[in-house]
Amino acid sequence: MVVGERKPFDEIKKTLEGHKKVLVLGCGGCVTVCLTGGHDAVQVLSSQLRMARDNEGSPLEIIEKTVERQCDPEYVEEVAALIPEVDAVLSMACGAGVQFMAERYTTTPLYPALNTTFVGGSVKEGYYVERCQTCGECKLAYTGGICPIARCSKSLLNGPCGGSTKGKCEIDPEVPCGWQLIVDRLEALGQMDRYEEINMACDWRTNRDGGPRKMIREDFQR
Amino acid sequence: MADFEPVIVAFCCHYCAYGAADLAGSMRLEYPPNIRVIRLPCTGKVTPRFLLRAFEKGADGVYVAGCLEGDCHFMHGNLVAKPRVNYTKKLIQEVGLEPERLEMFNMSAAMGPRFAEVAREFTERIRELGPSPLSKKTKAPQEEAA
Repeated sequence: MVVGERKPFDEIKKTLEGHKKVLVLGCGGCVTVCLTGGHDAVQVLSSQLRMARDNEGSPLEIIEKTVERQCDPEYVEEVAALIPEVDAVLSMACGAGVQFMAERYTTTPLYPALNTTFVGGSVKEGYYVERCQTCGECKLAYTGGICPIARCSKSLLNGPCGGSTKGKCEIDPEVPCGWQLIVDRLEALGQMDRYEEINMACDWRTNRDGGPRKMIREDFQR
Repeated sequence: MADFEPVIVAFCCHYCAYGAADLAGSMRLEYPPNIRVIRLPCTGKVTPRFLLRAFEKGADGVYVAGCLEGDCHFMHGNLVAKPRVNYTKKLIQEVGLEPERLEMFNMSAAMGPRFAEVAREFTERIRELGPSPLSKKTKAPQEEAA
């Protein structure tokens, strides 16, 4: 899932300065799972904003709503009737959701409430870790299912660097060395021959270096 | 602030604090009438949303009263509530309220005197802090209207 973290409250409050009525719009997708942008998060942030603005003597009226996903035009369309009622929209979706909203509703200011942080998963409830950097050229088949791009701090493709000590990365003693994990796994799988193969330099054109990316399923095009 | 009567919302677990409140009543123990008890099936039901809403509606102080640690009827509901209360303290601080206005207490259903003691102590704490800056603002127009 895409993991997002709520922006500092003061920053969110500042972006809404001067607005009297806003729509706080949650997203029922990834950010609901990581507890930062769903129905509950909308209610918490709205409550905080109302209280803070009351405290400052400039009340803020809020419409609270959460749609299934903000990165899909059909769900973005659901709030069309609410947009004329508000001065601005505060989107609690990831960066993609915010932009789909901004593309659909061009005359209403749209602000993000989250910082989109990474693609990852939940180790346990409320604890999320990065696992993919969307490089566009998956290498997991050669590395025992552990990603050298996302798990190695330097995204090295051929073994650990000199900063790997006792299985930990030099950036932080709490961070496991990605390549140590890969070697341990390949050994356990009896696939150490894969470690001997030299990975050629990564073609980063499939990553962001090739500009904005798209994926098209031809059989769905009409 | 001597004449200030705080409004306090107490989220009480059915299996402990609510029973303790009942016992306090049966024992004819006196505690301040400022407490508004809301019964929950378990304090694990508490979310930051509930607590914030209480403050938003004008509470000067809010507390959550759950079972003694290790004694939750649903295994670990009170241990779920504890970090949520601590997290919500940060949320109310962000909007300009003192974190001391929110607290979590633990007691068993047999601790009627403790319920009364907590009610007294917390009421006194909020009395010293004074009215919630929010409740002052929301109450002001009503006073004018009266």
